[in-house]
Amino acid sequence: MIRPQEYSIAVKALTKTFGGFTAVDAVSFEVGRGAIFGFLGANGAGKSTTIRMLCGLLDPTSGTATVGGFDVGREPEKIKKVIGYMSQKFSLYEDLTVGENIRFFGGVYGLSKKTVDSRLPWVLEMAGLKGRERSLTRTLSVGWKQRLALGCAVLHEPEIVFLDEPTGGVDPASRRRFWELINELSERKVTVFVTTHYLDEAEYCNDIRLIHAGRIVAGGSPRELKDQVIRNPILEVSSDRTVDALEALRNEPWVLETSIFGTSLHVSVADEEEGRGLIRERLAKEGIFPERVDRIVPSLEDVFIHKIEEQSGHRKTGETRA
Amino acid sequence: MRTLPIAFVRPVMRKEFRQIRRDSRSLIFMIFLPAFLLIMFGFALNFDVKHIPLAVVDQDGSRTSRDLIEKFRTTEYFDIRSVLDRTGEVDGLMARDKIRAALIIPERFSEDLLAQRSPSVQFLIDGANAMSGTTAAGYAASILLSYSQRVTLEAMARRRPGGPMLPLKTEVRVWYNPELRSAKFLVPGLMAFILMVTLTTSTAFSIVREKERGTMEQIYVSPLRPTALIIGKMIPYILISLASAHIVLALGWVLFGVAVKGSYFLLLLTIVLFLISGLGQGILISSITRTQQVAFLICVLTTILPTFILSGFVFPVRNMPRVIQAITYLIPAKYFLVALRAIILKGVGFAAFWDQILFLAGFAIVILLLSVASIRRSTEGGRRRGRAR
Repeated sequence: MIRPQEYSIAVKALTKTFGGFTAVDAVSFEVGRGAIFGFLGANGAGKSTTIRMLCGLLDPTSGTATVGGFDVGREPEKIKKVIGYMSQKFSLYEDLTVGENIRFFGGVYGLSKKTVDSRLPWVLEMAGLKGRERSLTRTLSVGWKQRLALGCAVLHEPEIVFLDEPTGGVDPASRRRFWELINELSERKVTVFVTTHYLDEAEYCNDIRLIHAGRIVAGGSPRELKDQVIRNPILEVSSDRTVDALEALRNEPWVLETSIFGTSLHVSVADEEEGRGLIRERLAKEGIFPERVDRIVPSLEDVFIHKIEEQSGHRKTGETRA
Repeated sequence: MRTLPIAFVRPVMRKEFRQIRRDSRSLIFMIFLPAFLLIMFGFALNFDVKHIPLAVVDQDGSRTSRDLIEKFRTTEYFDIRSVLDRTGEVDGLMARDKIRAALIIPERFSEDLLAQRSPSVQFLIDGANAMSGTTAAGYAASILLSYSQRVTLEAMARRRPGGPMLPLKTEVRVWYNPELRSAKFLVPGLMAFILMVTLTTSTAFSIVREKERGTMEQIYVSPLRPTALIIGKMIPYILISLASAHIVLALGWVLFGVAVKGSYFLLLLTIVLFLISGLGQGILISSITRTQQVAFLICVLTTILPTFILSGFVFPVRNMPRVIQAITYLIPAKYFLVALRAIILKGVGFAAFWDQILFLAGFAIVILLLSVASIRRSTEGGRRRGRAR
């Protein structure tokens, strides 16, 4: 049969409802071959539900989706052979050794002993587990387990890999290392579909969708998103009374958006110079004298907050973020 | 390029063996617990009533009365603890649990007997334990009956030499378990009970554990089919349970003298069919539970109780009310027990219990199909109904 290869994944109006609750609401997108496709959203936004529908773990309520050219509703068994999946919950056998896990998943995917033997060193190398083939998986640190899980998921050389929150609970160094692996996969023309709620990770993706409350609210490459979405300058206000500053500024008519980033405050204004003056002036009334008020390059987090607030219909919530 | 289904079974099987080997708790549960249970139940569940402490009040003190007492002394059912003169002391002894029965021979016993005035011999029993009480009463009655028969015959013989015979001479003989030892009767039942509990629980655990840890989901997204998964999981558990069945059989032989009289092949067949039922039940339970605790509770409720009460293990099925009897048809242990007792105790051939094997095989097939369907439902139907995460 002819499989349209221009897109690895094509989703049209995909919807999933659980009782009266719509987890995924008419979502549509395409994923190109070899792309690193980032599916971003908060917990409960519908990321996992979407990924589970694409992997054949859940049936869509309505809409269509093809994965590797196969229909998710009609040909789930064919899809299973061309995809690799790694869930957010670490899911290797803790009571098996590294090598035994690799061999088991090789067997489950119907690989011959010879094939597994030839792929095993590659997986060990990739996971940084050379010489630890006989260690019980239980004894590995989370970062190692995560890389091993990825190795097991791509052991059968799938065309498409689904990674559901792969870096949850992993230290920053391991996260960076993990993303290097994702890049390597992409270079080998493997399509990587990855969900995350770490917005900094999204910078590594070539294509992104932001999902909020089951709907896609923005899409494009990280660059496009920042350019399209954030047209107004964002000023970063650093002071020792960030929360008080937020309270003072959030209701000013000239303030478009506010949000807290760590110890500083991001304020979106219409004009950079005018905004800088207005902010200092207003804060002085409260006895706050910020150390810095600088224009910053918007991060994806700014994009995301902007989009969600736009979606929610009120733009000045000043959502507090850690 | 299709890989044969059997090739998918092997990795699952190998993995299960490894996991069982590394999980000492499950090994202990499957191998040593059965042996331990057999020893415990085998000795504790003893329905034999022997060596009942007995007090004798001999108010007659004649040769005849001593003759009767001798009859009680020579059986192993009673141990004569004290010979008293007055009935008054019996009360205290019985209350303090020193004795459980008392035989009271009245004054002028031998005199009345000779004069054919039918003296009354009193036999008192501590009824606090109804089971052993009834049994003791039965023993006493039969001893007294045979004694009075003898006396009657002797008296008649004295009057008319060469005289009458008893119209009917009963000779009761017990087959298959001539000593009527309950251990012999119980070992097959215990085997059913023990295998059912351990196998069902460990199978359910092995699947629920995978659900809890998320590895099941990893398997569901792979091309592995539910059938291959079940067969791969089944083989190691069946083999281990077979080993534990042999340990139970060996212990039954060494400790309780229960040797297998019938065909070993038939025994093996019966056990395997029974094991498949237990395993299928475990898979079914795992498909409706998400945590090991709940799975354990359901396993205990659906194996221990029915196997103990409804299988004919302890209580004969034919004495049950009709409704309950109908329910027993759903208990695989019932068929297993009938076949097992036939093979182990009676040593009879296939012809005697083929219907039981047929039922058991039917049961095993149905439950296996159901369990494959239940796994398929959790992979595919789960997709339909699903859960928000």
